[in-house]
Amino acid sequence: MSARTITFTLNGEPVSTTTEPHRNLVELLQQFGLFGARESCGQGLCGCCTVLVDDVAVSGCLYFAVWADGKTISTVEHLDADGALSKVQQAFIDCGAFQCGFCTPGFVLMAQQLLKAHPDPSDDDIRHYLSGNLCRCAAYPEIIEAVKRAAKAAYVSEKINR
Amino acid sequence: MNQVGRDFPRLEVRAKVTGRAEYTHHLRLPGMLYGKVFRSTVPHGRILHIDTEAARKLPGVHRVITGEDIKKLIPEPYYGPAFHDQPILALEKVRHVGEPVAVVLASDPHVAEQGVQLISAEYEELPAVYDEVQAMKPDILVHEVLKPAGTFADLKHLKDRGGTNVALDYHLRRGDVDGALAKADHVIEHTFKTQQCLHVAFEPFVSVADPGDSKLTIYTANQSPSFVRIEIARLFGWPENRVRVKVPYVGGGFGGKLYIKLEALVAALAMLVRRPVKIALTMEEQFYVITKHPTTFRIKSGVTKDGRIIARSCEVHWNGGAYADIGPRVAQKSGFTAAGPYDIDNVSVDSYEMYTNRTPAGALRGFGIPQLVWAYESHTDLIAREIGMDPVEFRHKNLLRNGRPQASGTILKDAAIPEVFQALVKRMNWDAPFDRGAGILRRGRGIAIALKAVISPTTSVAVINISADGSITLFTGSVDMGQGSDTAYALIVGEVLGVPAEDVRVVHSDTDVTPYDMGTLGSRSLYHMGNAVRLAAEDARGKLRALATEAGLPEGTNYPPVEIFKKRYGMQAGNVIGTATFLPTYSPPDAQGLSSNVTPFWMVGGAGAEVEVDTETGHVRVLRLVNAADCGKPINPAVARTQLSGAAIMQLGFTLSEAMHLDGGQVTNASLADYKIPGMADIPPIECELVTAEQHNGPFGAKGLGESGTFGVSPAIANAIHDAVGVRIMELPITAEAVLRALRAKEGRPLDDE
Repeated sequence: MSARTITFTLNGEPVSTTTEPHRNLVELLQQFGLFGARESCGQGLCGCCTVLVDDVAVSGCLYFAVWADGKTISTVEHLDADGALSKVQQAFIDCGAFQCGFCTPGFVLMAQQLLKAHPDPSDDDIRHYLSGNLCRCAAYPEIIEAVKRAAKAAYVSEKINR
Repeated sequence: MNQVGRDFPRLEVRAKVTGRAEYTHHLRLPGMLYGKVFRSTVPHGRILHIDTEAARKLPGVHRVITGEDIKKLIPEPYYGPAFHDQPILALEKVRHVGEPVAVVLASDPHVAEQGVQLISAEYEELPAVYDEVQAMKPDILVHEVLKPAGTFADLKHLKDRGGTNVALDYHLRRGDVDGALAKADHVIEHTFKTQQCLHVAFEPFVSVADPGDSKLTIYTANQSPSFVRIEIARLFGWPENRVRVKVPYVGGGFGGKLYIKLEALVAALAMLVRRPVKIALTMEEQFYVITKHPTTFRIKSGVTKDGRIIARSCEVHWNGGAYADIGPRVAQKSGFTAAGPYDIDNVSVDSYEMYTNRTPAGALRGFGIPQLVWAYESHTDLIAREIGMDPVEFRHKNLLRNGRPQASGTILKDAAIPEVFQALVKRMNWDAPFDRGAGILRRGRGIAIALKAVISPTTSVAVINISADGSITLFTGSVDMGQGSDTAYALIVGEVLGVPAEDVRVVHSDTDVTPYDMGTLGSRSLYHMGNAVRLAAEDARGKLRALATEAGLPEGTNYPPVEIFKKRYGMQAGNVIGTATFLPTYSPPDAQGLSSNVTPFWMVGGAGAEVEVDTETGHVRVLRLVNAADCGKPINPAVARTQLSGAAIMQLGFTLSEAMHLDGGQVTNASLADYKIPGMADIPPIECELVTAEQHNGPFGAKGLGESGTFGVSPAIANAIHDAVGVRIMELPITAEAVLRALRAKEGRPLDDE
């Protein structure tokens, strides 16, 4: 199949590459050495391959690489670009919200999105928003705690900054 | 500062939240080929012809390999931990749908996949057997002769046995079961079944082999790298040191990634084409690799009128699928505790590991115990109901206590059975009035408790290197797949050597440098490797003291290591290497299946559940799940708690929703869309209690608990459903349909059959 050249913004940097129409976004990211988005179920059901496209969370396994042309793509690797963990990442550590870690980048990215939509989420908000991410180690109770903790941390730091 | 007993985040937390943790899934090597597998579409058949020509002609395909090609490289290409029964690629026969028959190699995995679509195979179909009890009849034979591996001395008598599907039978006879049953006031018998289900690790099976000139390196998501090295070396007829096995972080294992899965295949392919080869399976393919045994358990108890169990007979059939994997060990080792955590003088156990034409079954978080607990704790509840006793009181009366002989004859020691049970009863607030619901929504509660003997005897070796600046590196063959073993060992090293755990570097399995370990399985690591690590650290401490003496430093002074090395070698140079091997004592079972020392430690776990049943739909809502386990003295309580809770939620899936459905041997729901694992919205309020006790021979009093959280969940829920609506579910999973069928049957207006 014929390769196409695409140009997009990847984690804040303009990039250009060639890809083929049958490849998905996870494979495209691997070309750039980014492995935080991982294909697991291959059906958009587990959330391990979560990537932000123009600030909307998508399943990288179901998103064609060529669709990235002209878009702004962010991956988990962008969160600590300045060397500091995001509040969600830190809260996941503090609450022990993972075991094997394979699904964790997807959960972290979705939790970031969740807090943008619901800065002070209830348990139900969290369950609903994160129901498209699965964790076989079943760190779900700890993930709920981590999201709440991150929400609280964000609120506190906002007040201090003000 | 005390290291052991701290709530300590895993060492690798940062790498995991940033997505930078290293998994085999990510690995790509220069010149690497991707392999895609062509699989059998029939459950049992003779291979007549494999047509690979079209695939070979596809542009971009490097090579197509079949079993006959493998045979030219490895004349006896059969592997397995208990039996050498599994061919690297099918030879002559296929024995289950999904069995690997051929592999297409290409630089582009999409091309390899397209090549697979172009292969066709012709089979002479043979009759197939899927049921573990029907497989007892020898009219359909999955294997013509048995091929025990020789790894386990007690399987040698099975060599060359033919005409049977029984891979292993284990029998235990204690006391006089028939005599006691004749004397019992009540004799109660039931048959329970469990379903075939799956580990569903999110990093699907993946292995890479790199053929060097003088050695072969295998990178793999595997829980037993030492076994992989030995088995691959055996297949090639090489010394162990020609095979290097490296395991980075593993994206979930749960017992699935044990022994050989893709490793022999990638090794053979890489040696055939002299290039690195990677095979990464899809989620769908995982349904054709390894599963959890379906079982049929017939259990009979004799009980006195005052509620003492005086006899119990257990007959368990394990559906091991087409290849034995570790199934024979599941059937035998779980057999020791098939009668449950009760003090029963007369016990018989007959446990059969059966070959069938299904996907093979192996270990899944409990090594068979959850299947047994499902039966014996459902049964125990039913007995209490039949004799009119409260199920808690009935269990209290019969629980096994330390100092008493367990069914195997081994005297129970350091098993907190009454303590765990009491913790559950207390949290469930059992004696308080309980809201039983009204109208169509009825509530009930149930409780269950279990005992497990750890797999024994097994060996672990640890090596510690103290560098000249005093920094410490630990080498072990344990595989950290999220359970926190790296972190636990760092805490143990820190405790012995007086350094913070976060300063200890733990090197992941690399058989070129990490020493032997039997495998990361069956909750054995913290105890076995934990002991080896502790002893290795003590050895290093002793050697460091000796070095100080050699350096002329006075006894009893507390020089920092860096000073000792400098004084001794004149500069920052040298190492201190501490090492230790740990192998607990064990007595194999005698002809009666009895042993005075069947396990170095016991695991105890239990659960309590409150449920609400919708009597119009059969839908079950778990309102509350309480889990408790004996964890000895926890090394890292925070991680121990997440292990318990994660195990309980996993078992909740096996209880309420997960089941592989078969049609003509074909799995009809091989995807996460149709095979439902628990998600965020399915989790009930869950409480976990670490019951602290002392394991006298454990590292700092600790014991393993990775599986304990699974034990009680299924029967606790079934018992709660019975309590709520008076119906008994005898087979897992407990779907709404199953409950509705039982409710309607009870009302005398049964639903039509499917």
